[in-house]
Amino acid sequence: MKILVAVKRVVDYAVKVRVRPDRTGVETASVKMSMNPFCEIAVEEALRLREAGAATEVVAATVGPSQSADTLRTALAMGADRAVHVLHDPDPSRPLLPLTVAKILRALALQENPGLVILGKQAIDDDCNQTGQMLAGLLNWPQGTFASKVILNKEKATVEREVDGGIETISLDLPAVITTDLRLNQPRYATLPNIMKAKSKVIKKVTPEDLDVDIRSDMEVVEVTEPPKRKAGVILSSVDELIDRLKNEARVL
Amino acid sequence: VSTLVVAEHEGGFVKPSSLSALAAAEAIGKDDNRVSLLLGGSGPGLHKAAEHAASSHPLVSEVLVADSDVFAHPLAEPWAELLRSVQHKGGYSHVIASSTSFGKNLLPRAAALLDVSPVTDVTSISEPRVFVRPIYAGNALCTVRYTGEDPCMMSIRSTSFSPTEAMSEAKVVPITQVDLSFLSEGSSGKSAWVNLKSQDTERPDLANAPVVVTGGRGLKSAENFKVLEQLAEKLGAAVGATRAAVDAGFVPNELQVGQTGKIVAPELYMAFGVSGAIQHLAGMRDSKVIVAVNKDADAPIFQVADYGIVADLFEVLDELLKKLPDKK
Repeated sequence: MKILVAVKRVVDYAVKVRVRPDRTGVETASVKMSMNPFCEIAVEEALRLREAGAATEVVAATVGPSQSADTLRTALAMGADRAVHVLHDPDPSRPLLPLTVAKILRALALQENPGLVILGKQAIDDDCNQTGQMLAGLLNWPQGTFASKVILNKEKATVEREVDGGIETISLDLPAVITTDLRLNQPRYATLPNIMKAKSKVIKKVTPEDLDVDIRSDMEVVEVTEPPKRKAGVILSSVDELIDRLKNEARVL
Repeated sequence: VSTLVVAEHEGGFVKPSSLSALAAAEAIGKDDNRVSLLLGGSGPGLHKAAEHAASSHPLVSEVLVADSDVFAHPLAEPWAELLRSVQHKGGYSHVIASSTSFGKNLLPRAAALLDVSPVTDVTSISEPRVFVRPIYAGNALCTVRYTGEDPCMMSIRSTSFSPTEAMSEAKVVPITQVDLSFLSEGSSGKSAWVNLKSQDTERPDLANAPVVVTGGRGLKSAENFKVLEQLAEKLGAAVGATRAAVDAGFVPNELQVGQTGKIVAPELYMAFGVSGAIQHLAGMRDSKVIVAVNKDADAPIFQVADYGIVADLFEVLDELLKKLPDKK
């Protein structure tokens, strides 16, 4: 069985993003970019399933500009077998929407025929949390979102999901789409020999047109602004003072 | 304008998060907005919730009930087909769900079936098709205009839309059973619900609690979280946690507050041993009053706290437990 993993290049999670003065977006020039952390978990899960013998091949895919190839190299250095890069240059006022990405991934899934597609549950830039669910809907495959545990047996996947009320377990017929939550695994670091090895692995380049997917954006970014700042607070010296302030100033006790 | 609100229910009542979705419907249009509320499930709880829904908001003109065992559990596959079918029949201009794990799982799948792009985590509605939503863990706010076809679909942050006061029982709106003949041909059956492991707790729901006390890595152990729970008991508060505390196994995942966990905005948020990573701040920055207790004076949490105490959190907890009166 083949596993298709979708990965996204985003502003590194540790970067404090700044809104651009012209309010068109956030500053991304000379900002550290990395693989979206949830996508790292997705790659790791696919690799573990392959290492456990439940899968034979891991294919990483991304949609994005030429620099996104770095993110695919990271996936290959972690251990993915090969990669597909769907080239698309972004337009800040008309962002690439999850629905379009899902349509591109559907086209790839129909070509590659995986038994499982694993994605991060959300990207930490646009925080949309949509692509996996949409891909599953478009393919008419079952979905196991926000997964914290995945067990594969021949034709089914048992998925534990992090939901509002606790941990929900569902059973899915394969092929299926899974999106990862934080507790699913701890992604590995790429070792130097594996980074070297990844350089000779194949990244196939295609365009949305090759896949017959129309880039349609039904969302216009009007402006991007800073959130309102909280007023600086005070440091108190005692618990008595805290109780007094909460009672008489903030009036929340 | 016509709006479909996809609602959740529990114990015979529409959930507070879904009442917030109704408040969002009101923000889209008050005078010319026909609101239908969709409920699914089976058994007496569903019908009691439908009656609650019928008098839940003055704008609700119809309650749609999908009564089938298929909807007894929140599986996205049959639910997305239900939503597609109800939308095809009703031709709504807007579809709203709350950003709960149910809504997040369902709405994008249903949107893909309808070939439209939904807007995630709406916190403010400026025009019927112009919305504000946080991006980059709330470090930026993005205003977007939806320019696609109907329906304009969105998930809303329930903390940003306060439910209106319950209306008088005088208005009775029709409760209609949804035609479920679409179920035969769909993808239902490819997924099955197995179980839900949840912690039994007497505490208020984290997402709606008026007071939240949160522990971070500084709590050091699951045992120590029990002290935090005693404080929560006194304050009638819900207990929350940071990712670090959840990852360390101190508390279960459903207590995580943050960018990808629960979003809370209580009257009072008390953080003990929380450093204040941006991913955590994303989940609580809209709280009305923030208290932080941390022995590290440079912890970023103090930059958003209204009141800070730089001290050993266990000493502060002990003192608070002694000095705070019990909540009646």
